[in-house]
Amino acid sequence: MTPSLEARGLAISGRLQPTDLKLASGMTAVIGPNGAGKTSLLRALAGIELETGDVLIAGEDITHAPPSRRMRLLSFLPATRALVWPISTRDVIALGLPSPDVARVDQLLEQLELGALADRPVDHLSTGERSRVLLARALAARPRLLLLDEPLSNLDPYWVLRTLQILNSEARQCGCAVLASLHDLNQIGAFERVLLMDGGKVIADGNPAEVLDSPELARAFRIEKDGRSWKISEET
Amino acid sequence: MMSRSGPLLLIAVLIAGILSILTPVESLTELQRTDPGLAWMLIEELRLPRTMLAVGYGAVLGLTGAALQATFANPLASPDITGSSSGAALGAVAGAYWLGITGPLALAVCGAIGAGVALAALFAVAGRRSETATLLLAGVAIALAAGAGTSLLLALAPSPFAFYDSFEWLMGSFVDRSLPQAAAALIPAAIACILLGRRATALDMMALGDDVAASVGYRPRRLAVEVVALSAIAVGACVSVCGAIAFVGLIAPFSARALTRGHPGKALVPAAAVGALLLVLADLLVRLAPAGRTIPVGVVTTAIGTPLFIWIVAHMRRSLAS
Repeated sequence: MTPSLEARGLAISGRLQPTDLKLASGMTAVIGPNGAGKTSLLRALAGIELETGDVLIAGEDITHAPPSRRMRLLSFLPATRALVWPISTRDVIALGLPSPDVARVDQLLEQLELGALADRPVDHLSTGERSRVLLARALAARPRLLLLDEPLSNLDPYWVLRTLQILNSEARQCGCAVLASLHDLNQIGAFERVLLMDGGKVIADGNPAEVLDSPELARAFRIEKDGRSWKISEET
Repeated sequence: MMSRSGPLLLIAVLIAGILSILTPVESLTELQRTDPGLAWMLIEELRLPRTMLAVGYGAVLGLTGAALQATFANPLASPDITGSSSGAALGAVAGAYWLGITGPLALAVCGAIGAGVALAALFAVAGRRSETATLLLAGVAIALAAGAGTSLLLALAPSPFAFYDSFEWLMGSFVDRSLPQAAAALIPAAIACILLGRRATALDMMALGDDVAASVGYRPRRLAVEVVALSAIAVGACVSVCGAIAFVGLIAPFSARALTRGHPGKALVPAAAVGALLLVLADLLVRLAPAGRTIPVGVVTTAIGTPLFIWIVAHMRRSLAS
């Protein structure tokens, strides 16, 4: 079966070392200390800042695909939640669709409990509410690959769990691949696969338990296990 | 919402345009009785170019204002506040008084170059996604520098009447412009505006940020350069014939976005219609001046625009505080 994502030789000078990556459908987390290259990897995969390398999504080269096709292939959620213009929640979600689809917008409004905010301008929403609106926009076209930069930041505990649930069900229903960068190590149990990055490259790749117990993780984050939580590594 | 207000806006522009051609109606009816040929000449040689320029320049200011605001992600970016109108005036003055250029099309090129240099300087100084304060300060600095440069070129110009000649022109006026002058301003401006209009969808996607637009396949940096270059051509060509006119490029997009539910790209065409309407109405107001006196239309737009500008700034401040 064609993998949802196949990337070869992705590189950005100074930030991302040559990287090959294959993703099947399902949930993959990318973790790493600040400046490890998580955002650079996501941006390179989204074709935003790709200096060298090829990205195939569902076997298709995205480079020359027109916007309407790219929307069906991939979706990128940036870490920033800033929105300048007073566009309504409903209209922001609709911007994620290659062609108008009121039913899909209504479905996302309900799924992310945004019905009461549907006609409110997004520049007047709280950061957490904007996060949900932008996530709905990213999900709208049901793309084959979801690239999410810190999708759980700014969310309260209910919405962290609910977002993971929604992403899981999207991955199962649509057979798409989700690649999300995270900071909270407590959340990676919700993912099937974890990529650990440091110094612009992937240094560990496995299931959550393998990566959490790996010496690479302790070294990269300069932390160590302390019962069920973490403490600063004594070597630092 | 736009589907209902769009036709109304176009009808309003049409009515204002017809009023502009017929006002004052007494002189036309008088001539129609005594010399119909002269009445037609009055329309063809004076009132038609004046109305065309008011409609066209207003549309250019509205549309380029909306495009620049979408590009700079800032509701205060506009041809006047970014310094491009002042840059265009400097370019046109340099062409007219120092290079001896008289052809309207060549002067339009000088205006476009001046506007382009001012916008390029804004890019270099403030960057594209700058804070409002940085954008305003950089724009003010560029406008002041261009204004001082224009004054210097006029003061040292070979013609001793340069200052006097240029007063009515630089303050913004449509009086006594010929059809060839109107064509020199409006043909390049119309081409640039059509090309800007084709970028509306991309500009709407940029409302979600450069990275989202780029992930969908648009190229934000190239798009920004294109918007700046096309805006410079449109504004530069109009300024070279009519002088700089303030505030229309700020207010028209602001009003238009109310019709497009905040979408900055979709606001391009309605902003053009609002700009055209505002400038024709301002030019009709100018005609209320006592006989024998001329008030530059730029004075009227500034008088109306200043309080609105202050209101927009206060509104932005309240939004930021909430």
